[in-house]
Amino acid sequence: MTGAAEATAPHGPGTGDAPPVLALAGVSKSFGAVRALRDVSLELHAGEAHALAGENGAGKSTLVKTLSGVHRPDSGQVLMDGRPVEFHKPADAQRHGVAVIYQEPTMFPDLSVAENIFIGRQPRASLGRIDRGAMRARAAELFARLGVALDPEQPARGLSIADQQLVEIAKALSRDARVLIMDEPTAALSVNEVARLFTVVKALREQGCAVLFISHRLDEIFELCQRVTTLRDGAWIAGEAVAGLTHEALIRRMVGRDLDTLYPKLDAATGEVALKVHRLTREGVFTDVSFEVRRGEIVALAGLVGAGRSEVARAVFGVDRWDAGWVEVNGRRLPPASPTAAMSAGVALVPEDRRQQGLVMDQSIERNIGLTGLKRLRRGPVISRAAERDRARDWAIRLQLKFNRLSDAVNVLSGGNQQKVVLAKWLSTRPQVLIIDEPTRGIDVGTKAEVHRVLSELASDGMAVLMISSELPEVLGMADRVLVMQEGRLVAEIPRAEATEESVMTAAAGRTS
Amino acid sequence: MAADVTAANSARAPLSRFLRWDILVGVLLVLVFAGGAIGSPEFANAGNLSFALGDLGEIALIALAMTLLVVAAEVDLSVASVLGLSSALVGHLWDAGWAIETIIPLVVVVGAVCGLVNGLLVTRLGLPSLAVTIGTLALYRGLAQVVLGDRAIAEFPQSYVNLAVNNVPGTPIPYPVALFAVLAVITAVTLHATGFGRALFAIGAQVEAAHFAGIRVKRIKLILFVVSGIVAAFAGVVYTLRYGSARADNGSGLELAVIAAVLLGGVDFDGGKGTLGGVIAGVLLIGLLRNLLMLNDVSTEIQSVVTGLLLVISVITPRLVAVARQRRRAPSPVMPTTPTP
Amino acid sequence: MTAVTAGRSTRGIVDLVFRARELSIVLALAVLVAVTAAANGNFLSAQGLKDIFLNAAILALLAVGQSFVVITRNIDLSVGSVVGLVAFTVGDVLAANQGLGVGVAIVLGIVIGCVCGLVNGLLVSFGKVPALVVTLGTLYVIQGLDHAIAHGRQINAVDLPRSVLSLGNGSVLGIPYLPLITVVVMLAVGYYLRSYASGRDFYAIGSSPEAAGLAGVPVRRRVMAAYLLSGALAGLGGVLWLARFGTVVADDAHGWELQVVSAVVVGGVAITGGVGTVYGAALGALLLTTITSALVVLKVNPFWQQAITGALLLLAISVDRVLALRVARILRRRNARHGS
Ligand SMILES: Nc1ncnc2c1ncn2[C@@H]1O[C@H](COP(=O)(O)OP(=O)(O)OP(=O)(O)O)[C@@H](O)[C@H]1O
Ligand SMILES: [Mg+2]
Repeated sequence: MTGAAEATAPHGPGTGDAPPVLALAGVSKSFGAVRALRDVSLELHAGEAHALAGENGAGKSTLVKTLSGVHRPDSGQVLMDGRPVEFHKPADAQRHGVAVIYQEPTMFPDLSVAENIFIGRQPRASLGRIDRGAMRARAAELFARLGVALDPEQPARGLSIADQQLVEIAKALSRDARVLIMDEPTAALSVNEVARLFTVVKALREQGCAVLFISHRLDEIFELCQRVTTLRDGAWIAGEAVAGLTHEALIRRMVGRDLDTLYPKLDAATGEVALKVHRLTREGVFTDVSFEVRRGEIVALAGLVGAGRSEVARAVFGVDRWDAGWVEVNGRRLPPASPTAAMSAGVALVPEDRRQQGLVMDQSIERNIGLTGLKRLRRGPVISRAAERDRARDWAIRLQLKFNRLSDAVNVLSGGNQQKVVLAKWLSTRPQVLIIDEPTRGIDVGTKAEVHRVLSELASDGMAVLMISSELPEVLGMADRVLVMQEGRLVAEIPRAEATEESVMTAAAGRTS
Repeated sequence: MAADVTAANSARAPLSRFLRWDILVGVLLVLVFAGGAIGSPEFANAGNLSFALGDLGEIALIALAMTLLVVAAEVDLSVASVLGLSSALVGHLWDAGWAIETIIPLVVVVGAVCGLVNGLLVTRLGLPSLAVTIGTLALYRGLAQVVLGDRAIAEFPQSYVNLAVNNVPGTPIPYPVALFAVLAVITAVTLHATGFGRALFAIGAQVEAAHFAGIRVKRIKLILFVVSGIVAAFAGVVYTLRYGSARADNGSGLELAVIAAVLLGGVDFDGGKGTLGGVIAGVLLIGLLRNLLMLNDVSTEIQSVVTGLLLVISVITPRLVAVARQRRRAPSPVMPTTPTP
Repeated sequence: MTAVTAGRSTRGIVDLVFRARELSIVLALAVLVAVTAAANGNFLSAQGLKDIFLNAAILALLAVGQSFVVITRNIDLSVGSVVGLVAFTVGDVLAANQGLGVGVAIVLGIVIGCVCGLVNGLLVSFGKVPALVVTLGTLYVIQGLDHAIAHGRQINAVDLPRSVLSLGNGSVLGIPYLPLITVVVMLAVGYYLRSYASGRDFYAIGSSPEAAGLAGVPVRRRVMAAYLLSGALAGLGGVLWLARFGTVVADDAHGWELQVVSAVVVGGVAITGGVGTVYGAALGALLLTTITSALVVLKVNPFWQQAITGALLLLAISVDRVLALRVARILRRRNARHGS
């Protein structure tokens, strides 16, 4: 709906002269020696979706947290309807009608999904009591709008990252906010969920809601947003209309240079079978899953959110128990439920949830990377710190990790950089079979290409890669074969030549819905 | 999302470099020592110090094992009861005419079994260790009463009593303290320099990530509980010989003193943080302070007030310093540094 | 859609499990009472029952306060020493001023308890100091204070006003005051925690403090409130202690913190926060007390009693856990999304 004429206008459609609903004026924010934001300005207008682009660690999430009262700017101002406001805590921003979806889901695992959505704002009956019926109904209604089959009464514990993300979205929508801020809401979602989400957000936008949207999937920016602000190393680079902008131009703003091809999967000679999964079943989770991955091959496991892909990966690696079937690595059976055994057989798993499963958040980058190689770092009975540091540094450089010191805790890294640490942690074990769950979740375009290059290289060196990805271009670009899962079963195997967006999506959606 | 966590961490990060908790406790230790030496003439002589140290022996020994557990985000409240059970067994078996040489290994095995029971309940059933060991606290103490009733057994062989109370020849260090020193070094190396230690910290800080990294979480926890049982049982032997008396209620309430020492040493009860040096300083601080108060005829009631205040002060001071620092901190002009190969 | 309807049936099971946490304690209680009563009829006599309820009342009251704190992922180890302090100081005041009545005693006790709770709460919520350290510290301090005030003295029942003593052994409609008070407090607190938005905040905080902060829950205020309530109930418990026993020394209720925590844990309140009810905690207290009474009634050798208590406690939490694991397994097999 954004015409060419509006592309040059200062704001999006229908804003007239009204001051921006929410704005940042000359905001700076430092963490110790790291200047996360330097003199950044940004305006969010009613009825307009505004994208925030930038590489990992550019300062996007910091900007979001400044808008939402988690951080306070060192200098500069937050303006609401043109007037300066001070948000001391998230509750202040919420009172002013700002709803935020943070990059990492923040669940209450012990509470029901409905309560997660409405905590502190539960619908009330007489005498101020909670009206549970109304709460359930409103949660169900939100899920219906998003087209999600989640039970409002189900406890949040055990929800997949994608489901958590959906609950977060429902939570933000339930606030009927004037400003909706979404920090990588789609990172864990597959095409269908994203489409639903966009329908809902577009409707909100039309009703006059101001939207701030962050994503490393540039297509999404072009589909949803009218304007885009780009940050690089904490500094404001550009603020412009999306119409008239090309992918390449946007990437140049973010990275500061042109990028090569995105999906450089090299052709590798496939060797013997490295991973063989035979009729693997975990009751109620996945059923009768069989496949093989050969050396030098990248096999993608595609499917909708909740199809059971991550669960298969976890079982193969031995984190979860399986009820029937078996797993073979290089011709040897793996004992069930033993990650240690899987690791010594040469299997590595890059898990979906980096904050719970991938990283020890309080510990340093080097310790996290070293954790998978404690045996190899030993000199006599003790760990060699020098070896630990070398190992971490090698991979940090190889994956272009943006960090201050290797001894910094990983929880001060940006989301994408945390993901790189998880990759480093597992790639440094030099696995023969690499199972990788959403390898580039939250990783920026430049590094994504780099990760793909690394994966492709490792495959040509003879590694077998099983890749779970919700990002179709990644699946199509990287995979030699695509396995499609649906409701816990393998429903299709599509060779590279026949894999198209359409063939994969049709198989993934199957007969249902 | 870690907004609060990271914010808190960035506040703690500079602090931890300049004013680490364990260093603070170390400084306090020096201050107490200096104050004591100046304030009361009997304090700083070798005889008194070796007495003060010896008096700490059991708490110090158990604190080592407890530190490992707490770093792995578990706790063992049953240690004092294991100590009591061990003491009761020593008394009963000695009374029944067994040789000390057989009693001691046997008792240590019983301690290992006690720890094993704790560990199995925690790792197999996934029960919280606080709950399990409150239960076994009652159970093991109860067993001690079953074994010994209200009897008190005394008159152990002098050679063994000597081992528990005498100094290593030529030094002012009692044997148990010398043993503690050796074990402390071993524990410190294990915790801070080996893969096992790394695994403990990872388990304590983020157990799921540790599991995903191929660390055998359950086995390691089981080992820790068994070690804790063994150490507590051995401490029971030392206790019995040192006081020359075996009773079922020996050492009751000691678990809180051990935990106080570990906490004072700056070990985080949520797991994943702490140093053994801090714990040693914590143990010594409590011991010296008690000794000093005793020399000055301060009543035991006030002694426990002092212990309590010390605990609270030791945790609140770094917080206050952090807050003060944060208030003063201006935005830093330093540019972000990018890694150079 | 099928997923949603299947979701509904799982909800039924989930609900049952949650209730089963309390249910399994009730069951354990029933078994215990039945066995004991079969061996000794006196156990179920009016007097026998009254004794159990009297004994359980104070522990259950403290367990209610403690579970409030534990639900927020904190702990209050100072409750035992607060009971001791309040029992002694209030007794001291009453003995010195014969004119004072039971009302003053209760108010005074609650005020002292609140002050202790305030200190704990301030240190934990605003000082952001680990709860275990703070309350272990205040345990020692309060205990020392108590000793310093008592100085080896003893409060005797004869020095206390009659009205206070009758609170301890009187009754209304045949129901003794003590358990009555506990039940009223438990119901009020339990209803609040379940049915009010601010009550749910406590669960949210215990479930994830960071998420609570981001969701705009006033974390510090709620944690503060939990400690205040725990302190107040410990204060009330101290007055009830005084009323029930009459004779009080400084050592009273020492070591009770572990009993209280056991009751809470047996009652299904997760020590890691976010899960559990005050009803469960109170039932846990009742179970522990009943075990003790049963052992006495069954004339178990006193040397064996503690060991058996410990073993039963372990049995209770283990069985509960095994059941929960079983149900979780069944639930997974019937999982809605991929149901076959
Ligand atoms: N609490 C903190 N303490 C110290 N440094 C921090 C903290 N939070 C963020 N940073 C640093 O600030 C910079 C910007 O981080 P931010 O999370 O805003 O990046 P981002 O643009 O959201 O990246 P991504 O795309 O990876 O999510 C990074 O260098 C990060 O390491
Ligand atoms: Mg980010």
